[in-house]
Amino acid sequence: MNYLLGAFKPACNISITFSDGKNRKQVPMKKENGQTALVPLFQSQETLSGKVCVEPYQGKKVEHNGVKVELLGQIEMYFDRGNFYDFTSLVRELDVPGDIYDRKTYPFEFPTVEMPYETYNGVNVRLRYVLKLTVTRGYAGSIVEYQEFMVRNYAPPPPINNSIKMEVGIEDCLHIEFEYNKSKYHLKDVILGKIYFLLVRIKMKNMDLEIRRRESTGAGANTHVETETLGKFELMDGTPVRGESIPVRLFLAPYDLTPTHRNINNKFSVKYYLNLVLVDEEDRRYFKQQEITLYRLKEDASS
Amino acid sequence: MRRLAGVEDEEKWLAEGIAGIQHNAFFMHRALDANNLREVLKYSALMLSELRTSKLSPQKYYDLYMRAFDELRQLEVFFKDESRHGLPVVDLYELVQHAGNILPRMYLLCTVGSVYIKSKQAPSKDVLKDLVEMCRGVQHPIRGLFLRSYLAQVSRDKLPEIGSEYEGDANTVMDAVEFVLQNFTEMNKLWVRIQHQGPGTVREKQEKERNELRDLVGKNLHVLGQIEGVDLEMYKETVLPRVLEQVVNCKDELAQYYLMECIIQVFPDEYHLQTLETLLAACTQLMPTVDTKIVLTQLMDRLSNYAASSPDVLHEFLQVEAFAKLSNAIGKVIDTQIEMPIVGAMTLFVSLLTFTLRVHPDRLDYVDQILGACVVKLSSVPKLEDARAMKQVVALLSAPLEKYNDIVTALTLSNYPRVMDHLDDGTNKVMAMLIIQSIMKNNSCISTADKVEVLFELIKGLIKDLDGTDTEELDEEDFQEEQNSVARLIHMLDNEEPEEMLKIICVVRKHLMTGGTRRLPFTVPPLVFSALRLVRQLDSQGGDITGEEVSATPRKIFQILNQTIEVLSSVPCPELALRLYLQCAEAASDCDLEPAAYEFFTQAFILYEEEIADSKAQVTAIHLIIGTLQRINVFGVENRDTLTHKATGYSARLLKKPDQCRAVYACSHLFWVDDIDGIKDGERALLCLRRALRIANAAQQMANATRGSSGPVTLFVEILNKYIYFYEKGNPHITPSDIQSLIELINTEMQSDDNGNRRIHSDPFFTSTLRYIRFQKQKGGVIGDKYDLIKL
Repeated sequence: MNYLLGAFKPACNISITFSDGKNRKQVPMKKENGQTALVPLFQSQETLSGKVCVEPYQGKKVEHNGVKVELLGQIEMYFDRGNFYDFTSLVRELDVPGDIYDRKTYPFEFPTVEMPYETYNGVNVRLRYVLKLTVTRGYAGSIVEYQEFMVRNYAPPPPINNSIKMEVGIEDCLHIEFEYNKSKYHLKDVILGKIYFLLVRIKMKNMDLEIRRRESTGAGANTHVETETLGKFELMDGTPVRGESIPVRLFLAPYDLTPTHRNINNKFSVKYYLNLVLVDEEDRRYFKQQEITLYRLKEDASS
Repeated sequence: MRRLAGVEDEEKWLAEGIAGIQHNAFFMHRALDANNLREVLKYSALMLSELRTSKLSPQKYYDLYMRAFDELRQLEVFFKDESRHGLPVVDLYELVQHAGNILPRMYLLCTVGSVYIKSKQAPSKDVLKDLVEMCRGVQHPIRGLFLRSYLAQVSRDKLPEIGSEYEGDANTVMDAVEFVLQNFTEMNKLWVRIQHQGPGTVREKQEKERNELRDLVGKNLHVLGQIEGVDLEMYKETVLPRVLEQVVNCKDELAQYYLMECIIQVFPDEYHLQTLETLLAACTQLMPTVDTKIVLTQLMDRLSNYAASSPDVLHEFLQVEAFAKLSNAIGKVIDTQIEMPIVGAMTLFVSLLTFTLRVHPDRLDYVDQILGACVVKLSSVPKLEDARAMKQVVALLSAPLEKYNDIVTALTLSNYPRVMDHLDDGTNKVMAMLIIQSIMKNNSCISTADKVEVLFELIKGLIKDLDGTDTEELDEEDFQEEQNSVARLIHMLDNEEPEEMLKIICVVRKHLMTGGTRRLPFTVPPLVFSALRLVRQLDSQGGDITGEEVSATPRKIFQILNQTIEVLSSVPCPELALRLYLQCAEAASDCDLEPAAYEFFTQAFILYEEEIADSKAQVTAIHLIIGTLQRINVFGVENRDTLTHKATGYSARLLKKPDQCRAVYACSHLFWVDDIDGIKDGERALLCLRRALRIANAAQQMANATRGSSGPVTLFVEILNKYIYFYEKGNPHITPSDIQSLIELINTEMQSDDNGNRRIHSDPFFTSTLRYIRFQKQKGGVIGDKYDLIKL
């Protein structure tokens, strides 16, 4: 990208820095090219402030029709790649049209920005926040620079958090009762529970607990659902007998999870499920899927 | 899948598994050296994944497990050293739980868990509880068993038992017990479950495999037995009930048997004694196929040994009423386990008996009670045919004999004979022999008629033919041995009191008379002699007739004897009967009972006349008669005449001439008894000798006629000796000239034979006789003078 920019727009060098950039937490973020880069982390209602620095290359001047910085919240659907839908758009005009001969610095500030959605990078959809600096030019084309940042929103522990308890079975074959201690887990939480075997008439090889993410995009007839299994955790090895109770203790931390997103801007949803899978000796699978809600707890409280 | 695979495949899989472990262990070691926790966890998990195999038999799996186990030790060292991996152990404890596969996860967790306890950053009981709980995830029997045994192993030195550094306010020995109990319970469940794997056709193999694994389960009980601080109270209230609950509920034959065995072996005797009731109750609840008898036997053996170890503990047994409880339990077991073979029941009784004899040697009623129960059991089965059962019954019956070293004690046991009734004839005899041997060995004297009665009832297998015995099958030697034993036994019956002794004799006689023809020849003689001993005892006491009421008189005894011997004569065993008659006659003579003596002689003569036909036997018999008659001095002249006349007459009518001759010269003694008041009828003695001489001559001529040569002169020399004897004793009718002429006769006989050929004979007997005469001559004195008259 830089190379391209350099080729066509050798006119100036632009940098965007945040005022608290040195102290602000940086988190890794996967970029489109697959590489990971560290980007600053924000949450909703925070104030984004900083400086933009435009520095023409030596001896050159930049003629422009104005300099502006935008804070954009965008959703990009992969079936419609490159077409961003902006759900948030704030603009700060930094300069009136004129020429820049020398390095010029513009402070900017977006106070208490409402950023209701978290950054999300899914299979079919991406939600990102970006600062976009535009040096508008006429025929020569505008100079644009992006600075991505990440948004994570924290939620308090839910006041109501019932356990998930259910009895399922196949008649005269398998009858189990399972229980997960909560229905809502934060991302570093641990799922505790147990599987109680009421009736076992099949020879089992093992029992796994899968964490699945279901991402649905679009709406109505165009809804597209993508399910991926993020983790497979073996709970049991072998066949239990009737009356056996198998403990569940699954730490969520090692998995790459996000909070549950419901109907984000009518564009997409991300839901999480616990899938209890029993595999018999003939490799038949018996499973029961239960939705859990994930939320992000304030880090210091959760770790 | 494993079931169908051959041994070679299994070897291959094992090799693959080992290779897998080595491979990953290599990388693990590299990561360990680099202190790279992530890599360590990754490769250790991979390494442990090799243990997830289902293809190996327990034995092979154990090989694999041991390899992983060794590697885990090094991992543990790494985990212990926080400076190497940089994580607090509590975080490590969480971190290893991220592993996706349960088996590696659990091995790692157990390893970290042990480090965690050691660090004392968490109460050991909490960690232990967590570990034992989390291990539930592994439900595969073999993998689960090994995992849990790993847990048991790494936790063994970290239990909060008394005296351990991990014991504290929050961690009590109870927690340690709780942990081990839970692990034990789970392991046992897994172990029991192995049999439900795979098809039924491989049951046998499974049983074998399960047997190989049993020690993994039993180890927990050993640990329980070793935990410091498990006192009786705790054992009684917690440990035992929990263990037994598991044992009973698992409803598995192999497990129940093995675990009961373990319980009995690992916990102290004292505890067993105090919890006897619980333990025994569990025994009755085991599966019907469980060999409860061995379990109970072991228990009783242990308790017996405990009782024997120190006399101080005996009161404990009394306190807890050990006998009643054991007896009860055995009764229940026998009642409930209907399929139990009779040998089982008998084994139990034997053990109980052994126990009783050790613990309550003074309680004969207990012994009798056991025998009673045994009778009841035996009565419930049609016929005891199992050889092993028989053996047990013999052991059962022998035990009291050995213990008390005294048959008399056994005789007071009312159920003893009733048990013996259930033996088959062969065994009955063996047992009877044992009883007799015991008596012999201990030299015990049975001194009352009642006891004798019981005793003979016991050994009746030897005394008489039992119904349905095929006597043909009996080995002659064995039979003789048996009967000789009975004969010896009769001599062990003794009582100083004549009245009682007589009763004993009567009882014995009553029993012996049922013995049949083959036994009587063995058994009657000792009885007769026993009676005769009584007679002599009475006689020596003298004037015993103190009242008409007294039954033990010699007269009475002789009557009995007469009848007894009479039976023998009809056996037929006339020679023996004759000898016994003569013995009796002599005894009667000593008692001055002329009629009795006469009667016995009469019987003897009748036997001689009617029953003894064999000429050899006749010779023997007549000599016996003569000998006895000679010694008897009770007869009046008339009776004596009759008898001597008879004897002489029979002597002369023997078949062979030499026999006649010898018998006749023997008769000479009947007329000359060298006693102070003996009969001294010299004339008739001489007559006898002359007659003998005549017969000898006749014999000589007969020999000449038939064989052409005269026989040896032995008869003449013998007669010569008689002459010399009577001469020396002073028979006036024997003159030196008689002797001289006899010597000449002998010389002539020796020098000539029929054909007038002279030959020199030297007869040593004759030579020594002549030497005797010369010797007497030289003696001088009265004798010498007498002999001087004989000219040689």
